Amino acid sequence: MNDSQKDDAWLARPESIRLLWRIFWAVLAITVALQLVFKVKGYFGVDGWFGFGAAYGFIACVAMVLVAKALGFVLKRDENYYRAEDEHD
Amino acid sequence: MTDFLPPALILLASAILIGPLRGHLRSAVVLLAPLLTLWAVWQIPDGVVTTLPFLDYTIEPVEGSPLRRLFATIFALMAFVGGLYAFRQAKWYELAAGYAYAAGAIGVSFAGDLITLFLFWELMALFSTVVVWCGGTPGARAAGIRYAIMHLLGGVILKVGIEGVVVHTGTIDIQPMLATNFDTWMILIGILINAAAPPLSAWLADAYPESSPTGSVFLSAFTTKTAVLALILLFPGEPVLIWVGIYMVMYGIIYALLENDARRILAYSIVNQVGFMVCAIGIGTQMALNGAAAHAFAHIIYKALLFMSAGVVVYRTGKSKCTDLGGLFRTMPLTTICGIVGALSISSFPLTSGFTTKTLISQAATDEGMLVVYFLLTAASAGVFLHAGIKFPWFVFFQKDSGLRPKDAPWNMAAAMLIFTVLCIVLGIFPEILYRFLPYETDYVAYKPGKVIFYLQLLLFSGLAFFLMLPLMRRTLTISLDVDWFWRVVMYRFGVVLLQAISAAGASIAGRTRALLETARGFALQHLGNPGGGQRRGVFARAWPIGTTALWIAVMLTGYVLVYFL
Repeated sequence: MNDSQKDDAWLARPESIRLLWRIFWAVLAITVALQLVFKVKGYFGVDGWFGFGAAYGFIACVAMVLVAKALGFVLKRDENYYRAEDEHD
Repeated sequence: MTDFLPPALILLASAILIGPLRGHLRSAVVLLAPLLTLWAVWQIPDGVVTTLPFLDYTIEPVEGSPLRRLFATIFALMAFVGGLYAFRQAKWYELAAGYAYAAGAIGVSFAGDLITLFLFWELMALFSTVVVWCGGTPGARAAGIRYAIMHLLGGVILKVGIEGVVVHTGTIDIQPMLATNFDTWMILIGILINAAAPPLSAWLADAYPESSPTGSVFLSAFTTKTAVLALILLFPGEPVLIWVGIYMVMYGIIYALLENDARRILAYSIVNQVGFMVCAIGIGTQMALNGAAAHAFAHIIYKALLFMSAGVVVYRTGKSKCTDLGGLFRTMPLTTICGIVGALSISSFPLTSGFTTKTLISQAATDEGMLVVYFLLTAASAGVFLHAGIKFPWFVFFQKDSGLRPKDAPWNMAAAMLIFTVLCIVLGIFPEILYRFLPYETDYVAYKPGKVIFYLQLLLFSGLAFFLMLPLMRRTLTISLDVDWFWRVVMYRFGVVLLQAISAAGASIAGRTRALLETARGFALQHLGNPGGGQRRGVFARAWPIGTTALWIAVMLTGYVLVYFL
């Protein structure tokens, strides 16, 4: 991280990344806290619970990444897979 | 016959003119023809405006309605911005093919009967294949052939269905139907192939990323969205579409998460987004169909924007793999910002066009009390942010420093991106502009505090999930198998084995035949001929004594005389 190439951009510096993470956590907290002020209309009951959007979004994404990861073991092939197939004969 | 210029013909004429014209004249045609088309689109009133006799039918090449004008508008606009993006960089034949392709899409939009629809449908298949080939690489050529086979197959299935409907109902009108018998199923399947529905979704992510940086912008817009329009016109409320749509939504996310090629990520997310529309058409209420139409409109804009920003990267660096890219924000600020706006729009972030259109679809699901559909669509919205909203800009523009320092976009590409960037935000802030032109009147209010908070939570925590799980998402130099594996590998290998078996059998039969003939010849020579030329002769090679011959002739003549007189 010391060479000047990597430090040229503000966004690439470790201290700015730390700062961005702090801002991000704060924004996350605010979006959940706002639910104390404004009511989120729950169409099916549960989706109106406090912080439901946050929890659902997080869990859904973790689940999708894990499913994709698991399917990857079956579906992933080397990027030259089909080209190798064509040259098979 | 008509006072109205068919909009598709304007674009088709310009496609023909692009070839012979040169220099500024060609640029003028490229830039003005779509605008003229746009003007013509808005001259079309509601109802059938042109009829033509064709064989024994009266076809209706131009029929107007709010829905048709809405789709034709975005297609014409897309042709303009695509043309602006491409006209200084693309080959003239790619531009011409792209415009003919767009003309096909506009023709389908106004097609008043199934025959016209089919003709323009095939026009699109033809010229989109040419656009894929314009990628110019061996990979593009092969992918183009696979693409053409798939779309010609889809065309044949569609045609079978159309013929069936025409024969059995006697009408060629485009009217709502349900998939209840063989004919309507064939039409539905034919259309769904163009929508990249399962199991035949693979052609899209196979072909689009092989095209040129400019070609993929055209490809991203027309084929799947004309399929969406055709579904709205022909199959509103067809229940099977709900689950087809849900499958497409999830398929797009999972495959995009596994993908390494930036443009292929975007291609998978087309399937994902079209899934939302297909699902909405399955729900079929006025709110849902409004949602499908509005989402298609917004989707063309932000998806083209994403493909344009990816296209600039490919154009400037020649690379499109996430593993090769990264850190481009340093020297490509404009492309980065435009890419991020596109990514936020596709994720339906508040204040972007995705939010004001996709929430119509969610609203339709809740209005109908479809709990499972609603929750799956909501999870998918989070997933879109994951696979397209963050993954695309992150891996292309940020991530690591790849050391690449490419220049930012050329002026025309930048202008094209800026137009669509502004549109994404304008439609996000003032959705009423778009709502006014939807097929059904709506008093839907996009921005309610509770809804905005819900979506912000959903999306931002998806973002959190992304960054926390980054180690799990390290890019690998891989592709992912799809259903097309069954014919690209299994059937191919089966074909090779079959070919080998047939040629082996052929060789074996030929060998045996020769052996048999040799044996027969040897036998004949042995018993009938004169092998070795010695004293032992076969029956036919023997010299017969004169006496014996005379005797046999006498016998024969006697026989002849006897027969004659009896």
